[in-house]
Amino acid sequence: MEFIDKMRQKVAAAALILGFFVAWEIICIIFGVPEIVLPRPTLVMDTLIARFPQLLPHVIQTLSTTLAGFAMGVTVGMLLGAIVGSSKVAYDTAYPLLVGFSSIPKVAVVPIFVLWFGSGTVPAVLTSFVICIFPVVVNVATGLATTEPELEDVLKSLGAKKREILWNVGIPRAMPYFFASLKVAITLAFVGTVLAETIASNRGIGNVMMIATSSFDVPLVFSGLFLLAMLGVSLYLIFSLIERRVTGWAMRKSDLSAA
Amino acid sequence: MITVPIEAGQLSGSLDQQKNVSNFEAIKLEKAEVIYGRGKKSTQALAPTNLKVEKGEFVALVGPSGCGKSTILKLASNLLAPSSGHVHVGGREVGAKRVGVGMAFQNPTMLPWLSVRDNVMLPLKIVPPFRARYRQERKGEFRDRAEALLEKVGLKGFGDKKPWQLSGGMLQRASLCRALIHDPELLLLDEPFGALDQFTREELWGILQNLWLESQPTVLLVTHDLREAAFLGTRICVMSPRPGQIIDDQRVTLPRPRTIPMTYEQEFVKLTQQLRELITHTRPDAA
Repeated sequence: MEFIDKMRQKVAAAALILGFFVAWEIICIIFGVPEIVLPRPTLVMDTLIARFPQLLPHVIQTLSTTLAGFAMGVTVGMLLGAIVGSSKVAYDTAYPLLVGFSSIPKVAVVPIFVLWFGSGTVPAVLTSFVICIFPVVVNVATGLATTEPELEDVLKSLGAKKREILWNVGIPRAMPYFFASLKVAITLAFVGTVLAETIASNRGIGNVMMIATSSFDVPLVFSGLFLLAMLGVSLYLIFSLIERRVTGWAMRKSDLSAA
Repeated sequence: MITVPIEAGQLSGSLDQQKNVSNFEAIKLEKAEVIYGRGKKSTQALAPTNLKVEKGEFVALVGPSGCGKSTILKLASNLLAPSSGHVHVGGREVGAKRVGVGMAFQNPTMLPWLSVRDNVMLPLKIVPPFRARYRQERKGEFRDRAEALLEKVGLKGFGDKKPWQLSGGMLQRASLCRALIHDPELLLLDEPFGALDQFTREELWGILQNLWLESQPTVLLVTHDLREAAFLGTRICVMSPRPGQIIDDQRVTLPRPRTIPMTYEQEFVKLTQQLRELITHTRPDAA
């Protein structure tokens, strides 16, 4: 019975998503929306399939750029978070700095990167790197800082060193926070990459969309959006799966994370 | 305690060592005082206190809540440093040398991401000499050791469960296993049965008594249950309200193993009543 219930839920969710696109299609047909304003989903799919061989290198470019920036951001974010979360002084000094830095619109940062490194892949990697540090740092730091002192006492009473406590209690305890931040960070990383590609690059989906816009090829613009959305969703799913495997202990209340 | 064949050599070694220093105090507090906070806001949690616990004793520490019982435990486990005075554990200043300490808290404080067995095995991962062999023996000897202990406290077959799948009483049993797995010379128990129902509590008294009789580690038990203190302790120390001080120190001569029916006999009841009076008389509102 439970299995059937679950299947029913999944089918309902899929039907709703499908319904969204069907409604979009119907509204476009009924109101005669011109494709230059809002192309129908079927037209977008057609364009996507027809142009896919041309789009593929750009997809690979954007994906690899994003993953590079993301990997750097997560590594640095994790280290910073560990420092900020385990030391009071670091917490007090680094937090205002971080908040200030992350409040700067990243659009404003791209030209600086271009100035330093020239246009192309490097500014895109750096933009996505910069944009995904913040959520990782904040979450890892929060996870470490909110570790129950009782759990630490268990190890302290055994004579454990600070490093052992961090390794055995702090880090596992911060894992759910870390994975939650990964899901935010990966979507942000795409934003960063596409932003930089739009401004200063001659490759990547951002650049394709930019050129398509200037030539009023709206279906192609939407194809780009579709591709970005699909990339984002699939990476999100991958991290959700890893998260469930690693931090299942923190998720026993709901199955939402699996969705 | 838990006799695992391969461990035998090391175990007997440490037992010999214990015999050599058998007259040593396991714990010695010399005018140990604890003050929280500074200046006007400071509170004295523990008035300068002297306490000696000999090796192999089972000392129960009773007193009204907030009197500093747990503070003494924290001093002995080096979770807290005294504001003044000295704390010696195993003949040396606390923290100077690693003494095998097992501790159980009022909350079971299991790490939720580990299975019950891994939680029980945690001290073996941290405490020498076990830590060196943790990687190899994790799935072998150490695992058997954990299983053997879990069986003793009635948790056979629950090793693979996650802590949140167990009831409070079961977790407290597991917590006791964790405190004992590394054969500690010193066992510090901070109201370990405080949150349990009467029946579970009494059952665990029996289990704890058996475990203690097997290997006779030094135990310092903090409790506010007078029957518990009288049932388990070889010695009972009574503390005054905050700032706490030890106002009475007496030996319990009841024969072992003690049983639950014994707790309703005259001698036992007299003892608990006497303890009760000591505590109620020292309360500030009693006068």
